[in-house]
Amino acid sequence: MVALSKKTAEAITCNRAAMLLLAVAVILTTLQYAAVLPAWLHRIPDAMVPPFAAWLDVVFNFVKDDLGLLKFTRFFTEGLENVLDTTGNIFFGKYRWPHLGPMPWTAVAGVAAVIGYSLGGWRLALLGGGTFVWTALIGQWNIAMETMSVLVVAAPLAFVIGLSFGIAAWKYAWVNKAIRPVLSVLQTLPFFTYLLPAVIFFKVGPTAGAMATIVYAIPPMILMTTLGLQKVPLEVIEAGKMAGCTRFQMLRHVYIPSARGDILVGVNQVIMLCLAMVVLTAFIGMPGLGAKLLAMMGSFKLGRSLEIGITIVLLAVTLDRMSKAWAVKQPVHFDKGTSWFCRHKTLVSALCVIVGFTLLSKVVPIAGTIERGQDFSQGKELDNFIKWLLAVDGVQSVTYGIRYVLNVWVLNPFRDFMLSIPTPAMIMMVVAFAVWLGGRRQGIIAAIFFGLIALSGWWDRSIITLYSVLAAVSIAMLLGIPLGIWASQSDKWSRRILIACDTAQTFPSFIYLIPAIMLFGITATAVVGSILIFAMVPLTRYTIEGLRTVPPEMTEAADMAGATRMQKLVNVQLPLALPTMAVGFNQAIMFAFFMVIIAAFIGTQDLGQELQRTLAGTDLGKNFVLGICVSLMALTFDVVIMKWATDKKHALGLA
Amino acid sequence: MSSERPVISCKNIWKVFGDDPEGYLAKMPPDMSFDEMSEDGYIAGVKDVSLDVNKGEMLVIMGLSGSGKSTLVRCFSRLHDITSGTIEVAGQDIMSLAEKDLIELRRSKMGMVFQSFGLLPHRSVLENIAFPLEMRGQDKHTRRERALEVIKLVGLEGREDFFPRELSGGQQQRVGIARSLAIEPDIWFLDEPFSALDPLIRKEMQDEFLRLQQLLKKTIVFITHDFDEALRLADRIAIMKEGAIEQCDTPDKIVLKPATEYVRKFTEDVDKARVVRAGGLAEADQTGTGDPVDASQTVRKMARMLVDDTRDFIPVSRAGKPIGALSRAEALDVLLGDQ
Ligand SMILES: Nc1ncnc2c1ncn2[C@@H]1O[C@H](COP(=O)(O)OP(=O)(O)OP(=O)(O)O)[C@@H](O)[C@H]1O
Ligand SMILES: [Mg+2]
Repeated sequence: MVALSKKTAEAITCNRAAMLLLAVAVILTTLQYAAVLPAWLHRIPDAMVPPFAAWLDVVFNFVKDDLGLLKFTRFFTEGLENVLDTTGNIFFGKYRWPHLGPMPWTAVAGVAAVIGYSLGGWRLALLGGGTFVWTALIGQWNIAMETMSVLVVAAPLAFVIGLSFGIAAWKYAWVNKAIRPVLSVLQTLPFFTYLLPAVIFFKVGPTAGAMATIVYAIPPMILMTTLGLQKVPLEVIEAGKMAGCTRFQMLRHVYIPSARGDILVGVNQVIMLCLAMVVLTAFIGMPGLGAKLLAMMGSFKLGRSLEIGITIVLLAVTLDRMSKAWAVKQPVHFDKGTSWFCRHKTLVSALCVIVGFTLLSKVVPIAGTIERGQDFSQGKELDNFIKWLLAVDGVQSVTYGIRYVLNVWVLNPFRDFMLSIPTPAMIMMVVAFAVWLGGRRQGIIAAIFFGLIALSGWWDRSIITLYSVLAAVSIAMLLGIPLGIWASQSDKWSRRILIACDTAQTFPSFIYLIPAIMLFGITATAVVGSILIFAMVPLTRYTIEGLRTVPPEMTEAADMAGATRMQKLVNVQLPLALPTMAVGFNQAIMFAFFMVIIAAFIGTQDLGQELQRTLAGTDLGKNFVLGICVSLMALTFDVVIMKWATDKKHALGLA
Repeated sequence: MSSERPVISCKNIWKVFGDDPEGYLAKMPPDMSFDEMSEDGYIAGVKDVSLDVNKGEMLVIMGLSGSGKSTLVRCFSRLHDITSGTIEVAGQDIMSLAEKDLIELRRSKMGMVFQSFGLLPHRSVLENIAFPLEMRGQDKHTRRERALEVIKLVGLEGREDFFPRELSGGQQQRVGIARSLAIEPDIWFLDEPFSALDPLIRKEMQDEFLRLQQLLKKTIVFITHDFDEALRLADRIAIMKEGAIEQCDTPDKIVLKPATEYVRKFTEDVDKARVVRAGGLAEADQTGTGDPVDASQTVRKMARMLVDDTRDFIPVSRAGKPIGALSRAEALDVLLGDQ
C-alpha cells in the first residue's frame, strides 16, 4: 500500500509538471503568433550555435591521420577487396582470381533449390529455385549476382564480429555496459551516416559498401548472441562444469551449441539487414540491384523499377524463409546403417547439381548465361502501361485529388504550424510528453536530447523530419489500427494479415518507395506515402498480436457480463492490448525515421537531403551531426514509449 | 565405520543467496531464523551444516521441496561457492582449489546426476554420455566403447543416436545417469536420479544401483523424496529443513529416535517394522541366550520368531560375531507400531 501511494504521488507530481510545461509552451506559441515574442526566443541565434561539425572534424582528422586509422583501414581494405574480387569472379565472372566464374545461373538456382529442400521441403525448394530462375529470365542476373557477391562476404563477417562482441558482452559485464548505449545509437542512426565514413575509410565502391553493410548488420547479432547465451539452462552449464570442461571447452561445446536457436535468429537478422543495406549502398556507388533500382526510379522508369523490386523482394523472402527454417531445424538421428551418401545427401546433390549444370552450360550456352535480348523482361511495356494508366482521367484525378487534399489541407498546414512553434516551446512540449508518459528520468533525457538538437543548428530541418514522421505515422495509425482490429476478430484473417506483415517486414525498405512514387510521382506526398506503408506494417501487426494475446479468462468474464462485441473490444480487449500496441507504435516511429531519410532521395527538405548531400563531399563532421540529430529524436521516442509500455504491462499484470 | 578420513567433510557451511551474502552473513546475529533472513531479502540455501561422508558410504538427503538439498550437493561439488565454512573433498579444501585443480578433481573423481537431467540438446545420446570422456581427452574409439557399455547398463540400447528431445523424460534421466557413470567416479552425487522413472524401471535401477555399490564401493550422496527408496539404499539419512540439517543418522535411529519434532512428523507414516533392523535395536551391554539373529534382519522379517519366542533378550550378531542383544518387548513394540 505504502509503495503504491508513493507511486501515485509521484505520478501526480509528474502530471502536474507536464501540465505546467505544456501551459508555458502554449503561452510562448501564442506570443509568437501575436508577434510579440523576441526572435532569440523563437530560434536560437546562429551565433550561439556551437560549431559541433567543425569540432567533430577535428576529432575525425586526428583519428584518421594522426592516429593512423586511415592507413590501417586502407590496409584492411585491400584484404577485403581481394575477397570481394574472388566472390565477384565466382558469382558474376569478374576478371579476377580464381578465374572460374561465372557460375551458370542454372547451377545457382539448382543449389538454391537443394538447400531449400533440405531446410524446408518442396515449398522452400520451389521458392529458392524459382527466385533465381526468375532473376535470370527477367534479365537481371548480373546485377543480382553483384549484390549477392557482396552479401556472401558481408553477412559472414558481420556474423563473426557480432558473435565475438556478443560473447564478450555476455562474459564481461563492463563490456556489456559499454556496448549497450552504442548499440542503441547505432540502431537508430540513419543509414546515410554509415555511408560517408565507409567511403572515407574504405574507398568508394564495393569495399565501402561491404563495410557499411557489415557495421549496419552487427548490432542485432550482438544482442541475440548475448541473449541466447544468457538463456542456456543452468543445469546444462553445470553438467558441463562437472564434466570438467575448461573455459574454452565450455564455450565451444556447451554454451554456443545450446544457444544455437537464438544465434541463428541473429543470423537471420544479419542476412536481412545486410540485404537491406547492400541495396542502399547504391548511394555510394555500389553496383548491383540497388544501383539499378536507383537509376530506374530516378528516370521514372517504373516498369523496370517494379521488376527489380520484385527480384529484391523475392531474394529477401527466400533468404528470410531459409535462414528461419535453419534456425528452427532440430537435429534428427539417422537409422543404423545409413550409408554415407544418405547422411550427406544435401552436400552430394548440391555437388551433382553444380557439376551437372556446369557441364550442361558448356554444351548449351543459354544454360550458362542469358544474353541481352534473350530475357523476358517486359520493362518497357510495363513502363508504358503504368504511364498510360496514371494518365487515365479517372486515376489521375483520384491521385491528384489525394495529393491536393493531403498537401494543402493536412500536410502543409501541419508542417507550417510545427515550424512556427518557438524552439523552447517545442522542447517543453516534448519534455511534457516524456514526463507524462514515462516519468522524470525520461523527461530529463528528452530535454537533453532535444536541447542538443536545438544547439546543433539544424533545428528547422529536424522539425521537418519530425513532422514527416508524425504525419505519416498518424495516417498509418488511422489505417493500420482499424485493419488490425478487424483482422483480429477472425482466426483466418489474423493469420493471413500476420503473414503478410511478416513478409513485408523482410522487404528492404528501399522497395517501399516504388509504389509511392508510382502513385504520387516525385513529390512530398510520395514521401509521406512511402513512410505510411512502411509504418503501417508494425502497427497492424502489433495490434493483432496485442488483441489476440488478451488472456481468454478476461474476455470470458466480459462475455459472462453480457458485453456486446463492441463493449468487449473497447472495455476489455483494447486496454489490455494497449502496451503491445505501444510497442508497435514505437517500431512504426523507428521505421518512419528510417524511411524518411531514404525518402530524401525523392527530394525532401529534411535532414535526409542534407545527409545525402554530404555524401558527395567529405563533410564527416556535418554528416555525423545530422545523423545524430535523427538518432536523438528517434531515441527520445524509444525511451519514452518503451518505458510507458513496460509500466503499463506491469500495472496490468501482463509481464 | 571406517577409520579412514572422510571423503567429504564440511564444517559450518553456509550458502546464502542475495545481493551481498558475505557482508550480510558477517553482520548477522548468529541465531537468525530462516524467515527473518527472508524478510531481509536473503535466502539461506544451506544453513550452518556440518557433515562428514565416509568412504564407500551412501548418504541419502531428504527434505521438503526447497529445503536446500540440491544447494548442499552443489556446494560439495563447488558448483556453488559457499558463503562461509570449509569443505574438504578427497582431502583438499575445495574452496581454495585453483581452477585447473578443480577441473582435474571433477574430471577424475566426481560424477553428478542432475535433477532436470542437464543434457546437451545438440548431442545424441551417445555423444552426451561420451561428453565427460571427450573433455578428458580420451580418443574417439575408447570413449565410444565405454559409452556403449553404460548405455547397455541403463537399458538404452538402440537409442544411441537419438537426440534428447526425441526421448521420454525417463529415458533422458537414464542418459543423465549413464553419463555420470561413464567416468567411474569415486564420488557420486545424485539429485533425485530416479524421479522420472516408472516404478518397474525404478526398482530395476535401484537393484542395479545396489549391485554396483556392493561391487565398487563408491562414496555416494543421493537426494530423494521417496522414503522407501531412501530406506532401501541409505547407510545414513540426513533430513533437511530450511537449509539446516535436522538430523543425520542411520535409518533405524531416524525412525526410532527422531531428534526433533519435525523429523518425527517426517517419519510418522513409515512402517517402522520394515526399517528397523536387529542391529539397530541391539543393546551392547546385554548378552541374551540361545540362537542369535543377524544384525541385518528387519523387525518385519523376524516377526514370526518374535511372536513365537519366549526369551526376553535375543542375541544379535553381525558377520558371525555377537554385538549384543535386543529386547524382545521393544522389538514387538516396533512391530505393532506402539513406538
Ligand atoms: N541460484 C539461486 N539463487 C537464489 N536462490 C536460490 C538459488 N538456488 C536455490 N535457491 C533457493 O534456495 C532454496 C533451496 O533450493 P534447492 O534447489 O536446494 O531446494 P531442493 O531441496 O533441492 O528442492 P527440490 O526438492 O524442489 O529440488 C530455495 O528456496 C531456492 O529458492
Ligand atoms: Mg533439488
